[in-house]
Amino acid sequence: MPAPDERTHDPAERLEAGALRRLQDRRLREVVARAAAVPFYAAALERRGVDPAAFGGLDHLDRLPLTTKQDLRDHYPLGFLAVPRSALARIHGSSGTTGRPTFVAYTARDLDTWAGLVARVLVAGGLRPEHLVHVAFGYGLFTGGFGLHQGIERVGAAVIPAAGGNTPRQVMLLEDLRPEALVCTPSYALHVAEVARGLGKDPAALGLRLGHFGGEPWTEEMRGELERQLGIQAFNNYGLSEVIGPGVAGECRARGGMHVAEDHFLLEVLDPATLRPVPDGRPGELVFTTLTREAMPVLRYRTRDIAAVERGPCPCGRTGARLGRIVGRSDDMLVIRGVNVYPSQVEEALLRVEGTAPHYLIEVARPGTLDEAVVKVEIRAEELSDEMRRMVSLRDRIDHEIHAVTGIRMAVELVAPGTLERSQGKARRVLDHRRGPPAA
Amino acid sequence: MMLRQLSLFLENRPGQLRAPCRALADAGIDILTLSLADTAQFGILRLIVRDWERARTVLQAAGMVVNVTEVVPVALADRAGALAELLGHLEEAGLGVEYMYAFPVRSTAGKAALLFRFERPEEALQVLRLRGVEVLEPEALLALRA
Repeated sequence: MPAPDERTHDPAERLEAGALRRLQDRRLREVVARAAAVPFYAAALERRGVDPAAFGGLDHLDRLPLTTKQDLRDHYPLGFLAVPRSALARIHGSSGTTGRPTFVAYTARDLDTWAGLVARVLVAGGLRPEHLVHVAFGYGLFTGGFGLHQGIERVGAAVIPAAGGNTPRQVMLLEDLRPEALVCTPSYALHVAEVARGLGKDPAALGLRLGHFGGEPWTEEMRGELERQLGIQAFNNYGLSEVIGPGVAGECRARGGMHVAEDHFLLEVLDPATLRPVPDGRPGELVFTTLTREAMPVLRYRTRDIAAVERGPCPCGRTGARLGRIVGRSDDMLVIRGVNVYPSQVEEALLRVEGTAPHYLIEVARPGTLDEAVVKVEIRAEELSDEMRRMVSLRDRIDHEIHAVTGIRMAVELVAPGTLERSQGKARRVLDHRRGPPAA
Repeated sequence: MMLRQLSLFLENRPGQLRAPCRALADAGIDILTLSLADTAQFGILRLIVRDWERARTVLQAAGMVVNVTEVVPVALADRAGALAELLGHLEEAGLGVEYMYAFPVRSTAGKAALLFRFERPEEALQVLRLRGVEVLEPEALLALRA
């Protein structure tokens, strides 16, 4: 039985398994028919002998083509549109390392669906109509700002659209307007706390109660830091612009994984090498099919995100599969001397060492024939000591934990507080000199 | 009894030592003495100035993170063996020295001055007093320089 104060935004969050499956099956047939308006899908379906008008539904899911980020890039700018341009209501885009964004288009109905999905995530994480929410995501092509903004409005709560940048001013807004909730990336939330302390203010006294964080992978240890430093309950949410943006999945107050909106997104968890499904509870690549998107439906989109899914009952009463933390991205996965290493593992190691803030940069190079990895770790002001013994001991403990977590040795370099690059969007955690400079 | 010391974390690359020295110079702050502990990758710079609060503000304004700690100023007879005797007292009491460095005094002072960071400062101070070692107030230390 759900707890009496457990609210859902949408009754569909509690659909029982049979009803959910019937709904998914119907919507999958519909989206395959719609996707056939996209030349890429029309050709791919034909190659696979799938008649989009007579597709066999869920049982034939594996007959559908996979879609990759590269496929989207190859059809820049809007080759995946399934509706006429005149039917569009908005275009967002994800930042591209190659300079060109990957655009994602929405009809008015898509925007309505999206707002409802973000509202589900926010309500699951305790947001209520009486709350005031500070949004420090960038507003623009990036889906974070507008996506969360509309979700907050859908809940009926009030928004401070602070957007990114000028952190001291953000601290002033938080202090003067006293919102109950903060929305941004987890690394930016830590930065806000740090800047507040630098201004002589206690970040836990800003009056925040809730944090809804997403946009980059983070760890349980980082949740602990955020909750302690800001005096909040922190909730994880997940989404990606190629699928819709934020709102794909989010934590309820049980915080045993992020409930996936499975009535809108069909989720597969596949072994990235064999592309066969992995059992529940085992990490694999998340692959989504958008069941209700109109403007730009995607079939079996390979997210490159690695996570595990649990399907047992949740005390909140929601029936959506629960997505574990993103433990890595196949893009970010580093192979160092033959060992697979995710930046999140280094982060976990850093946070195990008491007093180490999670600002770090992994640099990998191959000066000769062997890979060499260096982890630059910013020491926190309160960890600075005049005693060399303490500083050396701090470095040695970090070195030990990184070895324990990743299984390989990395050279640990302590760097001065505040010297590594900060970001309002996605934090840069890796510099791989083996790949050469990024293409122009 | 205790003297305020500023310490800074420095990465081991060119320009790291100059930056704090330049910032203090631009503010007209004289460094009375300093000590630099170094490893291959980083170092810790410890500084003594007359007005530590202003120096800290200047360094922080230049973007540096400054740690303030206390060290114990001790005056010794300016003769061979004086330091060895003092260290002998500490060793007998089982007390360790974290680090120490010299504080230059004028040649007519007739004394030498040292700054100590002890592992256990309270116990170390008791031992020094018991053994008749001259522990200086900050003002008395600065007077040896004037």
